Amino acid sequence: MSAKNKFESWGRYPAHDARILPLQWAADFPPRGVVSGGALPVGMGRSYGDVCLLKDGNLLSTLPLDRLLAFDAETGILTCEAGITLAAILDFAVPRGFFLPVTPGTKYVTVGGAIANDIHGKNHHVAGTFGAHVRRFELLRSDGSRTLCSPTQNPDWYAATIGGLGLTGLISWAEIRLKPIVSRSIDYVGIQYHGVDEFLALSKENSGVEYTVSWIDCTSTGKNFARGIFMGGDHSKIPGPLTRSPEPKLSLPFDLPGFLLNRASVSAFNALYFRKQRKPRVESIVDYEPFFYPLDIALHWNRMYGKRGLLQFQYAIPWEHAREGTIAILKEVAKSGLASFLAVLKVFGDVPSPGMLSFPEPGITLALDFPIKPGVSFPLFDRLAHMTQEFGGRLYPAKDARMTAAEFQAFYPRWESFEKYRDPLLMSSFWERVTGKEPTL
Amino acid sequence: MSNPQKNPRKILVLGATSGLAIPVCRLLAEQGAQLFLAARNAEKLAAVAADLKTRGATFIDTAIADLDDTAQHASLLTHAVNALGGCDVALLAHGVLGDPAELDASFAKANAMLQTNLISPVSLCMWLADYFVSRHAGVLAVISSVAGDRGRKANTVYGASKAGLTAYLAGLRNRIDREGVTVLTIKPGPVKTPMTASMKGAEKFADPKKVAVQILDAIDKHKDVLYTPSIWLVIMFVVRHIPERIFKKLNV
Repeated sequence: MSAKNKFESWGRYPAHDARILPLQWAADFPPRGVVSGGALPVGMGRSYGDVCLLKDGNLLSTLPLDRLLAFDAETGILTCEAGITLAAILDFAVPRGFFLPVTPGTKYVTVGGAIANDIHGKNHHVAGTFGAHVRRFELLRSDGSRTLCSPTQNPDWYAATIGGLGLTGLISWAEIRLKPIVSRSIDYVGIQYHGVDEFLALSKENSGVEYTVSWIDCTSTGKNFARGIFMGGDHSKIPGPLTRSPEPKLSLPFDLPGFLLNRASVSAFNALYFRKQRKPRVESIVDYEPFFYPLDIALHWNRMYGKRGLLQFQYAIPWEHAREGTIAILKEVAKSGLASFLAVLKVFGDVPSPGMLSFPEPGITLALDFPIKPGVSFPLFDRLAHMTQEFGGRLYPAKDARMTAAEFQAFYPRWESFEKYRDPLLMSSFWERVTGKEPTL
Repeated sequence: MSNPQKNPRKILVLGATSGLAIPVCRLLAEQGAQLFLAARNAEKLAAVAADLKTRGATFIDTAIADLDDTAQHASLLTHAVNALGGCDVALLAHGVLGDPAELDASFAKANAMLQTNLISPVSLCMWLADYFVSRHAGVLAVISSVAGDRGRKANTVYGASKAGLTAYLAGLRNRIDREGVTVLTIKPGPVKTPMTASMKGAEKFADPKKVAVQILDAIDKHKDVLYTPSIWLVIMFVVRHIPERIFKKLNV
């Protein structure tokens, strides 16, 4: 019905043409009529690489499936359609005294996307992934079947679909457990650190803090190597206003020229950001919006990277090699001279991820982003992916556009058993790239 | 849960699963309104009703109804008003857009569209007008279209159906406004809804949420006519005033 349209992932790389078919109702899946080139359910397109793309295929937009189906104010259990965004859930839940069990660094993702990528947040060390808070969901398949999936009902389909990159079917609705809050406020603590060992010590000391994450300066070398700010937060226990967030007013309306983000500008930003916190330790009370979603304040902030877009790189390395791997990779990044504007370091906890292909595992995770510069950033990415594999880690499909099929298959050895859960209609450019498969319908 | 009203309004929504009715109903639900919803498709209606109930509607009842069937209107409306225990606002939101080329080629299709977009709302309005006049209160809010302001080759039949509806509502207003009943003619420009999803340039159409805010505001303020988004007031003023000898040659 609609012509070819541009659907960009958040990194704007790679760029593929596809048809966009909005799903207004769950019954619109599977799409009627001839569907050539396969299909893929997509939400807000906030994943960075190509897990939400399908070259020359059909992207089934779930955004119209944004209905709330039930809410129990006693237990906090919310049943909602899969196309609703976390932002819309917060608008509903916060005034009622509830919050998301897990939230990523942007609230502009759908519930379906959160499940399909089994996303994590600043509370991973205590709460695990988003999938761990999904009690059940309904999975629609292209053969017309509807399957209820939970840890006890069809548990294999439950495990395949969480972290299943949207390939097992369409999630029509899901039931998630929200948690009670008494205020919008977060009791915040920011602590400066120098080096990975100080970061690890702070993570250990603060393991009782619900939300922890750390910003890291990966442009500096020498005595400033791996300096950063460890940020912790807990929902305030003192009752406060539970109002709805205002709509964002800022939007980056056009692409900035790509050269603006260079080593000099990013180093300067990093130095400023580090010194913005003047004391080694700062405590304050902040609203949850800037704490969880500092970048959501400007819609389309990815335009900052110019038309060519950005690449994200995020690894998880298990404890055994987490420290040495992190130091080696940070050194490699600093040596490369490439500047990562947003660099985030965090400890993953040991709450098991429910998905077959879930990314998080206990250890350290580091997320970096770089402007796309094929001659420079691609070789660095390839080196970092190689190092990640050597240290026994893995990369995050939702943030990847570069890993090789061999690397993916080593990172996720269960991919072959996952294949039998993939819906024959569904495919993504990512899955084609890392498995060599093609749409079968 | 924005300011639940002390006396929740009783609202009847016909065509409740339409792309414009849904966002209006969400705003009403958040105010704690009592809603009666009628629509044709049971599964869609159930999903919409669950959503509105969850968002804060203090009462929800539904009826599956084919609104083309005018013979059923009296019993449907009687049932709805009884279920609500009265009615403060009726919103008529059903309508079809159709494929202009098919409509130009097939009288049967044109006839069906006129039935849905014109005959059916006239029948519903006649009953509701009597009901509201008997109470000397009420708002009859009906979704027409800017397309009814001037006939164009791109939507000959659709434009005619909406022009007829707009004219009927103007006449009805002239008759019953003095009885204390508000007749609101809603003229949306192109809005991003399922009805327009396949149209060229659909991604630039108006946000239904913003249109819904304006519709609710017009209901609250007892307005007569609403162009939404507001820019269409200006656009249609110009379009209406282009001389026919020029207009007939345009490709708009």
